[in-house]
Amino acid sequence: MDIFLQQLINGLTLGSVYAVVALGYTMVYGIIQLINFAHGEVVMIGAMVAFTVITAIAGANTGLPPLAIVLAGVMVAVPVCMAVGYTLERVAYRPLRTAPRLAPLITAIGLSIILQHLAMIIWSRNPIPFPQIITVVPYHVTGHDGGATITNVQIAIIGSSVAIMGGLLALVYRTKLGIAMRATSQNAVIAGLMGININTVIALTFVIGAALAAVAGVMVGTYYGIAQYQMGFLLGLKAFSAAVLGGIGNLAGAMLGGMLLGIIEALGAGYVGDLTNLCQLAGWSTAIAERCVSDPNLTLFGSNYQDVFAFLVLITVLVFRPSGLLGERVSDRA
Amino acid sequence: MESLAALKRHPRAAWVGLLLVGIALAALPFALASIGTAWVRITNLALLFVLLSLGLNIVVGFAGLLDLGYIAFYAVGAYTYALLASPHFGLHLPFWVILPLGAAIACLFGVLLGAPTLKLRGDYLAIVTLGFGEIVRIFMNNLSQPVNITNGPQGITLIDPFRIGEMSFARTDAVLGLAFTGPIKYYYFLVLVVLVIIVINLRLQDSRIGRAWEAIREDEIAARAMGINTRNLKLLAFAMGASFGGVSGGIFAATQGFISPESFVLVESIMVLSMVVLGGMGNIWGVILGAILLSFVPEVLRYTVEPAQRALFGRMLIEPEVIRMLLFGLALVLMMLFRPAGILPSAVRKREFERKVARR
Repeated sequence: MDIFLQQLINGLTLGSVYAVVALGYTMVYGIIQLINFAHGEVVMIGAMVAFTVITAIAGANTGLPPLAIVLAGVMVAVPVCMAVGYTLERVAYRPLRTAPRLAPLITAIGLSIILQHLAMIIWSRNPIPFPQIITVVPYHVTGHDGGATITNVQIAIIGSSVAIMGGLLALVYRTKLGIAMRATSQNAVIAGLMGININTVIALTFVIGAALAAVAGVMVGTYYGIAQYQMGFLLGLKAFSAAVLGGIGNLAGAMLGGMLLGIIEALGAGYVGDLTNLCQLAGWSTAIAERCVSDPNLTLFGSNYQDVFAFLVLITVLVFRPSGLLGERVSDRA
Repeated sequence: MESLAALKRHPRAAWVGLLLVGIALAALPFALASIGTAWVRITNLALLFVLLSLGLNIVVGFAGLLDLGYIAFYAVGAYTYALLASPHFGLHLPFWVILPLGAAIACLFGVLLGAPTLKLRGDYLAIVTLGFGEIVRIFMNNLSQPVNITNGPQGITLIDPFRIGEMSFARTDAVLGLAFTGPIKYYYFLVLVVLVIIVINLRLQDSRIGRAWEAIREDEIAARAMGINTRNLKLLAFAMGASFGGVSGGIFAATQGFISPESFVLVESIMVLSMVVLGGMGNIWGVILGAILLSFVPEVLRYTVEPAQRALFGRMLIEPEVIRMLLFGLALVLMMLFRPAGILPSAVRKREFERKVARR
């Protein structure tokens, strides 16, 4: 039970990062029906920039509290990522808005490669470690020692992602910009006739998504304690899977999908080893029984298959419920 | 294809042309070998990429299904060959058994991927195929336990070369005073396979199936309304593309003698896609041109960028590999922005991109 609870907490932490990244995918998709393939790369750039700033401040021995240093990192990373997001939209997506579907997808792949390798040139091939400024404090959840714990970093990640989601919902449903965004997503032409500047609204959507990506980059970097130029790819894919799971284009869906995917992944990685332990079949086959004597962990699939779960979820959802858990719109065909 | 039609009116000119091309293709490896055997190997790799691009062209160019996990089929073919012709399992089957088998298994994987994703729209399909490619790679990396099948990240070594009777493709034989080295033998084999596949592609393109694929690509609903069985034809596109990938994978394993999951990463899929896009989706000659261009770019870079950087800065600042990837990325973006139909566009594609109608 303790292990279960621990995996649940870890999954929730990772899930809230996925959720924040997934929001970026789902916002862009909702408004122009485009998968922003380079979104994962924006997350990576956010993490890289923030790490550089944090390392610089921490190295200068300013005596600032750790939280302030991390916040400073975020403050620098967010505008940088916003600029990257805007550039992506302006250079690669806007000219192709009316082109056949494959065209913007291919430019997005191209940009993703370019961003990755530029980052590699700037920050080198090697992983950048997060400076040791935060003392990780575990709190016991179950009340007794040795049980499941939640650390202050985990609390901060879950808390800030919930706050971000709340803020985004308020933005979309309570402000004038939000109304413009929703109008554009329903019908861009009519929204334009109503006096909304479509180009600005779409660009802002990209910029907001990129800002979220920057924050997510800092979160995931802090959680794993490491940032690398390739980190955006898999994270982006998983977040996209989360967005699809929740119903792409649907904000609440992205959050739900992100959390669920995080939990599925953590529980899956935690239990797949036990579930596929061949030693349970020792009674059936003497060959297995013999091997289990020397190796009690004779598992078919270990936790190194963790990354497969996101894809399996993605494929399952797309096959059985392409509109996702909360999505109402049936995925149309082009 | 007006030029082909013109040639049909002058059959003798066509035959002379074919003969000249044939002589050039036959003489090429010896000319390259005189510069260095490395160039024959590079040409072989380029020919493998031509094969791969032609396979992907069926899926992306003809049927319009964006497949980002294409390299998985290449991997399946390569692993089929490696497992059945290496000391790993102690099996040493001849290549004419394994290559068709590899094609068949890759074909099966193609159907396996195609079946659940048939209903998906273009961009969803891209992501799912990408995920599929990653799943295959993760399995290759981890299927060394509990039973050692793929030997994990270490890969499989000592893979048999092709053998026809007593003639091994790994040895040098002298025929009529010419030294037929291993790479040169593979070159001839590859040229033969490429020619066969070009003919298959050309025949497919103008066939009932090819026209049906084109219709599906242009408008799936309309295609179905015209009585085309879209499900079967899309599956067929996946299966055919996959089997070409499987064949090239088998040849790759034999020429290299060593394979590991590292050869089958996403970047390779994207590289093949770049070749198809750059050359001109749907146009066989364009795709071949794209594959040859992009296969030789890294080699050219290796011989120019490195010395240039050393001369300018005294050391290497940016590895040629990185520059190559940056160029690939840039090529994808610029092509889509300025010449979306490719260097040698297919007539239909060109029309489609020039029309520039919103298709949502």
